[in-house]
Amino acid sequence: MPKITYIDVDGKAFETNVASGLSLMEGAINAGVPGVLAICGGSCACSTCHAYIDDAWTTVVGGPNDIEDATLDLANERKPSSRLTCQVQITDAMDGLIVHVAKND
Amino acid sequence: MSIVIVGAGQAGLQIAESLRRGAYEGRLVLIGDESFPPYQRPPLSKKYLADQMADERLYFRPLEQLEKQQIEFRPQTRVTALDREAREVVLASGERLPYEGLALTTGTRVRPLPVPGADHPAVCYLRGLDDARRLRERLPAAARVLVVGGGFIGLEVAATARAAGKQVTVVEALDRLMARAVAPVVSDHFASLHRARGVEFRFGVGLASITAQADGSFTASLADGSSIQADLLVAGIGVLPNQELAAAAGLECRSGIVVDEYARTSDPRIVAAGDCTWHINRRFAAAHRLESVQNAVDQGKIAAASLLGQSVPYQDLPWFWSDQYDVKLQMVGLSQDHDAALVRGETASGAFSVFYFKTGALVGVDSINRPAEHMLARKLMQTGAVVPPEAAADPAFDLKTCLPPA
Ligand SMILES: Cc1cc2nc3c(=O)[nH]c(=O)nc-3n(C[C@H](O)[C@H](O)[C@H](O)COP(=O)(O)OP(=O)(O)OC[C@H]3O[C@@H](n4cnc5c(N)ncnc54)[C@H](O)[C@@H]3O)c2cc1C
Ligand code: FES
Repeated sequence: MPKITYIDVDGKAFETNVASGLSLMEGAINAGVPGVLAICGGSCACSTCHAYIDDAWTTVVGGPNDIEDATLDLANERKPSSRLTCQVQITDAMDGLIVHVAKND
Repeated sequence: MSIVIVGAGQAGLQIAESLRRGAYEGRLVLIGDESFPPYQRPPLSKKYLADQMADERLYFRPLEQLEKQQIEFRPQTRVTALDREAREVVLASGERLPYEGLALTTGTRVRPLPVPGADHPAVCYLRGLDDARRLRERLPAAARVLVVGGGFIGLEVAATARAAGKQVTVVEALDRLMARAVAPVVSDHFASLHRARGVEFRFGVGLASITAQADGSFTASLADGSSIQADLLVAGIGVLPNQELAAAAGLECRSGIVVDEYARTSDPRIVAAGDCTWHINRRFAAAHRLESVQNAVDQGKIAAASLLGQSVPYQDLPWFWSDQYDVKLQMVGLSQDHDAALVRGETASGAFSVFYFKTGALVGVDSINRPAEHMLARKLMQTGAVVPPEAAADPAFDLKTCLPPA
């Protein structure tokens, strides 16, 4: 199971192993990472699961598709490394991934 | 201090977590009569039904996350009465729980089919995870599926069943789909979409009765004398707000528990939020009831603020979505009482929006496979931007220019 490190808005790190196939959002929820609200439950409709992929990992994780890209426009403080974590499916290649949770409300 | 929340759905959980985030440190009890931790309903008619998705993936939080927040979660526990004088809720077991603050987030239940034979085992509903499990178990063995009700849930189930290769017929008593929520142009578009995928429709006719057949299937007789043979029936003919507890305790109810713009009931110690409320949103002149994730979450936050002694008025923008096949319908605002509906884009292309106006003001936008336009519409409405109707109808006009300067 790939190891994922989530860093919340206060800089606190949450290290957790998440099964491949789950979403980055589900990994955060299961680990109780604050700030990943995910109110639409992964339907790519709310943008409250917004996070920044650590610079070293943006190529491995890749970019958003059209729907996600549009939904990201609703998110606070969008950056080039922004992703909606519900739309990122975890793969073995993401072992060691670092994710910075955005300010979601 | 003790706060009790009755109903462990999306609104109930939202209130609990907002209270903790708002630094509430007293006792916090979340009571639900279902046997699962709070879970998401939207996937029940979509992904959960289509894939063999595990139940746990629907849960908002693993149980230990509730414990960590010191939320006393009581599943399989039904509240049978509210004793406002003693300030206690009464459980089915007879146990009484005291409260200083109380939240009612009891949601809705499905409207049962009002026809003879509706107790046939092939009749399914879809509100809870129990219902979804039952439907998912029965679906593989059914070749012919009859959906009663052409609303969101009926159509999502129809799409899923059709994608699974079932023969699907939808019976809708009105003359078009999702009639309460969308303009005829959107209804027609979805009817064509479903027809193109092989779904059959019977419009303007109601179900009259269900007669069991010896092989476990049934005959559904319609009001016009025709009949349909099928193996499984899914009824999606609307819901009823769970307001009996509130009503029996003397709280004001209409089509839902009446709350003001602060989510307060007629008893200042009691708030209510989510599907069960008949509520005021500052954006709209009239009170109404809404069944949506947006309302459960945003009104939940307002209710939590009120329990904490703050007064934050409810004025969030309503939004909603529905997935049918690979088509995404996204809605913002409330368009029910519009006087003009203007199409932006080509309906034939399968990607367009409908902008709804009332006396010249934008009141809602439905977008079909146009996520960027939906998000822009949310921003336009959120900022109160002035959108001239002729601009909305002109695809060459860049609507971003209507946004107020950042
Ligand atoms: C199949 C389906 C698909 C949906 N799809 C979408 C969608 O795509 N987009 C969208 O925005 N919305 C959708 N919705 C609507 C959305 O799920 C609801 O608006 C939301 O769940 C409302 O949350 P709630 O907390 O108000 O009510 P609920 O989630 O219904 O929770 C209420 C809870 O209270 C419990 N309860 C009631 N009375 C008592 C009592 N006396 N004692 C103890 N417990 C009690 C109930 O059993 C229930 O668990 C869908 C709903 C369904 C059913
Ligand atoms: S959970 Fe709503 S967009 Fe990701």
